[in-house]
Amino acid sequence: MQDFISIARYQAQLQNGETSCKAAVEAYLKKIEENKHLNAFIEVYADEALQRAAALDALPAPQGKLHGVVVALKDVICHKGHAVSAASRILEGFTSVFSATAVERLLAEGAIIIGRVNCDEFAMGSTNENSVYGKVLNAADESRIPGGSSGGSAVAVQAGLCMVSLGSDTGGSVRQPADFCGIIGLKPTYGRVSRYGLIAYASSFDQIGIIAKTIPDTALVLEVISGADEYDSTVSQQPVPAYVQDLEEDRSYKIAYFPEALEHESLDPEIGKAIKNQLSSWEAAGHTITPVHFDLLDYIVPTYYVLTTAEASSNLSRFDGVKYGYRSAGSDLSELDDFYKKNRSEGFGKEVKRRILLGNFVLSSGYYDAYFTQAQKVRRILTNNLQLIFKEFDFICLPTSPAVAFKIGEKAQDPIAMYIADIYTVMANLSGIPAISLPLFTHPTNGMPFGVQLMAAPFKELSLLSFSNNNLSTASLS
Amino acid sequence: MEWSEKYEIVIGLEVHAQLLTESKLFCGDSIAFGAEPNTHVSPVTLAHPGSLPKMNRKAIEYAVKLGLACHCEIEQKNYFARKNYFYPDLPKGYQISQHTTPICKNGHVTVKTAAGTKDIRLNRIHMEEDAGKSLHDVDADNTAVDYNRAGTPLVEIVTEPDLRSSEEAFAYVTELRKLVRYLEVCDGNMEEGSMRCDANVSVRLKGAEKLGTKVEVKNLNSIRNVKRAIDFEAERLMGLLEAGETIRQQTRSFDAGNGTTFAIRDKEDAEDYRYFPDPDLPPFDLEDAFIEAIHQSIPALPAERIKKYTAGYQLPEYDAHVITEERDHADYFESILQHTKNYKAAANWMLGPVKSWLNENNSPIQAFPVTPAQIAAVIECVDAGKVSFSIASTRLFQLLLQHPEAQPLALAEKNNLIQQSDAADLEPVIDAVLEKLAPKVTEYKKGKKGLLALFVGEVMKQTKGKADPKKTNEILLKKLQ
Repeated sequence: MQDFISIARYQAQLQNGETSCKAAVEAYLKKIEENKHLNAFIEVYADEALQRAAALDALPAPQGKLHGVVVALKDVICHKGHAVSAASRILEGFTSVFSATAVERLLAEGAIIIGRVNCDEFAMGSTNENSVYGKVLNAADESRIPGGSSGGSAVAVQAGLCMVSLGSDTGGSVRQPADFCGIIGLKPTYGRVSRYGLIAYASSFDQIGIIAKTIPDTALVLEVISGADEYDSTVSQQPVPAYVQDLEEDRSYKIAYFPEALEHESLDPEIGKAIKNQLSSWEAAGHTITPVHFDLLDYIVPTYYVLTTAEASSNLSRFDGVKYGYRSAGSDLSELDDFYKKNRSEGFGKEVKRRILLGNFVLSSGYYDAYFTQAQKVRRILTNNLQLIFKEFDFICLPTSPAVAFKIGEKAQDPIAMYIADIYTVMANLSGIPAISLPLFTHPTNGMPFGVQLMAAPFKELSLLSFSNNNLSTASLS
Repeated sequence: MEWSEKYEIVIGLEVHAQLLTESKLFCGDSIAFGAEPNTHVSPVTLAHPGSLPKMNRKAIEYAVKLGLACHCEIEQKNYFARKNYFYPDLPKGYQISQHTTPICKNGHVTVKTAAGTKDIRLNRIHMEEDAGKSLHDVDADNTAVDYNRAGTPLVEIVTEPDLRSSEEAFAYVTELRKLVRYLEVCDGNMEEGSMRCDANVSVRLKGAEKLGTKVEVKNLNSIRNVKRAIDFEAERLMGLLEAGETIRQQTRSFDAGNGTTFAIRDKEDAEDYRYFPDPDLPPFDLEDAFIEAIHQSIPALPAERIKKYTAGYQLPEYDAHVITEERDHADYFESILQHTKNYKAAANWMLGPVKSWLNENNSPIQAFPVTPAQIAAVIECVDAGKVSFSIASTRLFQLLLQHPEAQPLALAEKNNLIQQSDAADLEPVIDAVLEKLAPKVTEYKKGKKGLLALFVGEVMKQTKGKADPKKTNEILLKKLQ
């Protein structure tokens, strides 16, 4: 098989016999083997993928929209009959008995799932260093981390180990690693994609996202996995547009940006400069670019961490060693408290424990109103604020991350600095809006890729994808 | 001075009732009782990673139904919260429950005791999911957990501290059970645990305003045990006060074996449940039309029926209470009344032959082979003088049970049960009887009027009960003049 360019091109090659699903899978298996040291994959379903490829090849006509498309799943997405662990010891030996709705839909359209990929434990982290399977390396510079938490998903696409991958984005976990790895990362609107089968970190923030190399590929996967689902009460009933077919020609968009964000002290000036230049060139191309005053920036990260850790502390209570997963050999079953303490202390990693403790703290009586209630208010104010902005503008433009991919271990000792780096991404999760990271730039001094982030009003993925497509088709992708 | 004169007992009850939905509150698993352990356990019930709850609308409907029947205000804006704690029978590590917004607020249940009628005010009715069941006796070394029950929809019905005696508590739980059964929202079976009761008991000096320190007594698995536990606990608390001791706020469990309670935990180490709105379940609004439709679906309740039976049909209180004990019985009774206006006769049939048959066969009324229309037809036969009540309630009733498709009158005719009320038929029999009992006739004529019954009885005997007693009396009196 030739190098992968896009799903459309690959499917055309399948149609005219230039390649086969089996040849594609074989090529990917070989590349995965060659890039084993990147540690992107936790498990590769070699035999199963080959068998499925052969079965697809034997069909008289393509099975569906994703016929033969080779996909990797973040290790927080359930896949029937396959292990899923959230990169945590606490789910050691656990096999899912059902598939996530998104996975069901991928498979129904003919996708081939080639394996599950590494991530930060329970999707908590920005570097992919918090994994029981060890860290993932950035293929652009192996001394750097790929970002997180969907680091494995990003590297799998970046290094050509699959065509597209699914990640999850609770506070930037799809967009930030995409930004660090020089590829596309889309977080859809909250409720666009069913969360059934996505291991919860913070339920009102989590959304399955897509990592890909082209916008039409991103649009196609979104089209397949989106939509109403009787198993998720929070998923939207809004009809799913034909995202690929309806991608629009360029038109003039109204784009807002926050001067406070581009001048923020945590931002690498080179990134700020690149984005300002980009805004100018968009303006030159006929779009309207407007600075909008935004004074909530410094409240966003604390609000995000109060609310997500609160939800996480409860969501992760089910991992107790009673029903499944890790059970400490040293736990004394006759002492119930001891049993829980040992299982959970040994089963969870440090960052997860930190967030569980934080969450329990902000929900505890005496602190609840000062933290949880207050953060809920900020969330509401932020959402209202953004709603007003989207009455006038199509997009908000922001950096994805204040810096390029960190060096391995660089921020490991400073969780607060790590949390602050989420400043540009968590806004979309707090307010449920869709956001995309587009790989447009290369850092002038360190040569690392970075991108720009665009956010739109709820369910405006089509505008987001259309604008992105028109900007990326002219940009060169590695 | 007796303690009962010195102290006042104050009781509040919390009743958990499992709703009679087909499936669980947040997934499709069956809630049927008695299945093999861990067979109604989907990934949602077992809290597998990635599983999500999905609300069962039927459960909401049942909770609203109960609330309306208890005269509650229905909360239209609802959400579910998570109550966080660890226990092996709680699969998710939190229970989905309503916290600050119970679906029903206030309201009351009217109870009747020897002391009179009283409204017991409700504080709230809220919805939540049940936990699994820890089984301590199936394995010598380990506790086993059956998750079949986990996720079963419950309502918790909480009273104000309005009850003042174990008799009132007994009457309240009895009334509540009757109510949930009438509404068909819960089977009210306390032995199987589909209705469970916790009692908050405190005592105070009569006339005192401040409530005493309360003790919560759990594990009351029958209405009788609710009463027993309260009796014991009130005695115990009064004893403590008499001895000058302080009452500790405690949770205690009732031991039905010896009728005592024992402490499980002190309230001082009360847990912090860290309630917060469940982000997996969006808030839900109840539309006026939804509530109104439920209102319309509520059947006539016992109190309403008792009023109708006593005031409208002139039935004795006793009859009305017995008939309304179970909704199916009251419904059957009312079906009889669609065919006859002899209310008292219909009540007699319910309390007499019908009830006896149900008791003897230990059977629900659905299995009773005779239709209400047939009972009404029998009543008509008796009223028309075709069949005597005694024949109707014995021989004709037995025949009907064997031939439930038959017409009562035809059946009576075919089996020669028709009452003899023709003077032409009766006179020869009466003459023969008087002749046979000639010495008694002489005595009668001398003034021993009580012997009339003897003559009637003998006529009945001769006619195998078919003689019309009224007519027989009439002819006898004439002949004995």
